[in-house]
Amino acid sequence: MSTLTALARVQAVAAGVAQPIATVRHVHVADHPLVFIPLTLAGEANAPLAAMIGTDPTAPRLLVVPEPRNRDERFAFAADLATDFLSYIDGHCRETEVVERGPGGEPRPCYRDAPQVWVPNREGIAFVRLLGRFTRFRRAEGPHAVHPSVPLLGQWLTFLADRAEFPGSSLLVAMTEALALHWATGQSATEDRNLAALLGWIDPPPGLSGAQAAALAEDPAIWPPAGPRTDPEFDNARLAPAIAAYHEAPDEPARRQAYAVLAELLRSQLAPTWELMWRGLALLRRLAPGAHVPDRWAADRMAFTEFADSVRTGQARPQPRRDGAVAAARRLHRLERAQAAYVVQRAYDDPLVMAEYRLTGEAFAGTVTHAEPNRVSDSGKKRVLRPRIVVVTEDWMPLPLGTVVYSPARPSQRATMVRLHRTDATTEVELELAGGMGRSLTPPPGSVPAVGEWVTYTTLAHEYRPEATFPAPEETPWTHGGPSDGEPEEDAAEDWAR
Amino acid sequence: MRERLARLRGPLPPRQPTARTIAALTRNPGCRRRAVLDSAGVDKQRLAARLGFPARVGQSRFALARSAAFAARVTADGGAELVRALRERLGLDLPEVRYVDLRAEGAVSDADATGVAGAGGERSAGAEEGYRATRATISRLLGRGERGAVLVAHPVMALEVAGQPWYVEPEALLLYAEGRFRVIALKSFAIIDGHADAAQVSAAAIESAVSVLAARHLLDDIGHDAQLVSPEVVLVCPRDFSIDPTAAVLDCRTQLATLRRHLARLARIEALLAALPPDLTFDLALTADGAPTRPPEELAAAVRAIDARYTPECLETCDIAYFCRHEAAGTTAALGRAVQEHLGGVETVAAVLGLADGSLLPPEEQKEVAELLRTAHRVRAEALAAAGVFGEERPR
Repeated sequence: MSTLTALARVQAVAAGVAQPIATVRHVHVADHPLVFIPLTLAGEANAPLAAMIGTDPTAPRLLVVPEPRNRDERFAFAADLATDFLSYIDGHCRETEVVERGPGGEPRPCYRDAPQVWVPNREGIAFVRLLGRFTRFRRAEGPHAVHPSVPLLGQWLTFLADRAEFPGSSLLVAMTEALALHWATGQSATEDRNLAALLGWIDPPPGLSGAQAAALAEDPAIWPPAGPRTDPEFDNARLAPAIAAYHEAPDEPARRQAYAVLAELLRSQLAPTWELMWRGLALLRRLAPGAHVPDRWAADRMAFTEFADSVRTGQARPQPRRDGAVAAARRLHRLERAQAAYVVQRAYDDPLVMAEYRLTGEAFAGTVTHAEPNRVSDSGKKRVLRPRIVVVTEDWMPLPLGTVVYSPARPSQRATMVRLHRTDATTEVELELAGGMGRSLTPPPGSVPAVGEWVTYTTLAHEYRPEATFPAPEETPWTHGGPSDGEPEEDAAEDWAR
Repeated sequence: MRERLARLRGPLPPRQPTARTIAALTRNPGCRRRAVLDSAGVDKQRLAARLGFPARVGQSRFALARSAAFAARVTADGGAELVRALRERLGLDLPEVRYVDLRAEGAVSDADATGVAGAGGERSAGAEEGYRATRATISRLLGRGERGAVLVAHPVMALEVAGQPWYVEPEALLLYAEGRFRVIALKSFAIIDGHADAAQVSAAAIESAVSVLAARHLLDDIGHDAQLVSPEVVLVCPRDFSIDPTAAVLDCRTQLATLRRHLARLARIEALLAALPPDLTFDLALTADGAPTRPPEELAAAVRAIDARYTPECLETCDIAYFCRHEAAGTTAALGRAVQEHLGGVETVAAVLGLADGSLLPPEEQKEVAELLRTAHRVRAEALAAAGVFGEERPR
């Protein structure tokens, strides 16, 4: 949230339709994403009630749990879900290519594509995480044995949910979050959490304003909630009797009939959201991807490759309930790196995101009024090319002389602010340029901004930061609790009695 | 004042607030409309329905069933499971715990005790009896210097809200041990690997603060030191995916302070009432079979007579919020507090747009905001026109 998005919200109110807050797409949209809409039974801890899943908008698969409070049925659901998830994931483990990993890094094989899962909202991601936690410690043998695919599904879901915390990762994406990153509606962020209302503002049906479409979308009878929680009215008036009818069915045919009724009922709650998910994907696809989106997707592909390899070679152990000290420190470090890179990349890719920094004085944009592209400095030991340009900007200029700034159009070029001249409405900034112009004393065409060009400069720097090294878990320093023995995982026998 | 509030409410019996509704008062303390309606015990749900903006407040019977099943499980066999969780998780030294169920003793009848938090209800005659029984039990415990630990189930306590006693029957127990009391709050959301949903924990904390305050009020009432009630509440929730209880300590000191401040504000409601038209009432004029007859426009006018302070979060905590939202259309507050703050507090959409495009001249105190908005408007227009293309002619 910033003044700029706040203004966009106000403009959306006046226009009656959502306003863009991005000019390019900042998430990767796969060619064949897997859409997954889970529903849970109210009150229970992540008890699956139903799900709609698939990669084909015209052929969703419906999964139903007629008695979510029953342990065996929950694991049957997990096993059923595993067939969809695991075959979708396996489909991405065929073709590899060799990629470089950072300066000096060893080239490594990486899968050409990675799976991408879309859920409706943040709560959908929480569902994935909890279902992963629920299934990954189970065993395929012994008491309470489950199908072997269940713990494997658990590891994959946990991987996806962990990855979803990384800024800019697109392996598991929440639709409401992805849309809200690109459009500002004329309602509040609280109301934007309703997928139907959000899409109503972004893409209202013909003849309706965004506000009208959003108002209709708030009626759960027309647009059921996008889950995982169901509408309480639906629970009380329709779901409860249908589940009861299933339980009370006197014989097998009657039970099958009751199951069919229940399945249809749940389909009616899921199908509208299914449609919204694909509409959302289509809207996002209409935006051109930002220049760094492929880079971030490459990082996702690498993370996917590494995890898939550890699963394939049998090295993957169920992720612990809580990270140890070393793993937690490493994870935090990676999250921080991802965050830092994401912030800069988004601003470089998108002038509308950069505009936020112009408002806070961390960037300015203006027209080049004067340029000395062939200026050579001989103040040092060697004669070097140091062109100077003058930019006139209307932006707020709190940056002091000597500040080094960069332009998204020429990211490898450093520009040092050498002169500032303020008039009433504008500021003249003289910049000395270095780098990004080859080795000769004449700059290649286009490497120095020309007079009349509209340029943007910012203090946000695009720098490569190598990953820090951490001790091995068995060498955890005593200051951090020392090495741990790992914890026993025995909760298969926990009591679910009611 | 009591009469005045009764007149506002009309002939319907006052709505009995729950720990949850009292907690909700602290969520938007600046809202006079809510303060008046709640103090008068107006049935906001019915009122909102008659105004044509029904609240969406239904609770799933599955959630209610789970909550009841958990409470039953925890308190079965004299609270055996609960005592086990308290010993294991908190290391409480509880050699022997006596279990006193006020409801089983007939002091509180099942019909009165709503049991489920948030269900709300009409003020029951039984609540007063329940309160007396609770007071007597606590008094006895303290009077005879009970050595062992005692769990008191289904206590009924009271708080003074806007000068009236409001009974609270929280889904909580009181643990008496070593001469001190602790509130044991039962909640049916899960604690998984030591983590619970942050929003639910914060709601539980403020609701528990209501219980602590009510328990302190009760001790005060019988002449004992109110500080005997610990500000640290024990939260008891299902562990992981099971229905077995686990416990965690919640420090409610900040919530207690917040709550006290807001109750003090409500205590001064008289001043608020004095400013209202003397004949103001929210009487729905029900027929014998409960159908409202008062015209909605007239009711709406009555509601509008009291200023609201709508924020989008109201939608989740207040029955009348959809009416207020409708009324707030065209204001920046309707877009959320953060949006309004980023727009320098300018109140209406029209004013923001006018200041931003320069068509509206700012008053002296908005000069700075106006400049910010004009800049925002300009850079936004430039960036949109540039539409992802750098290094080109300036688009104008």
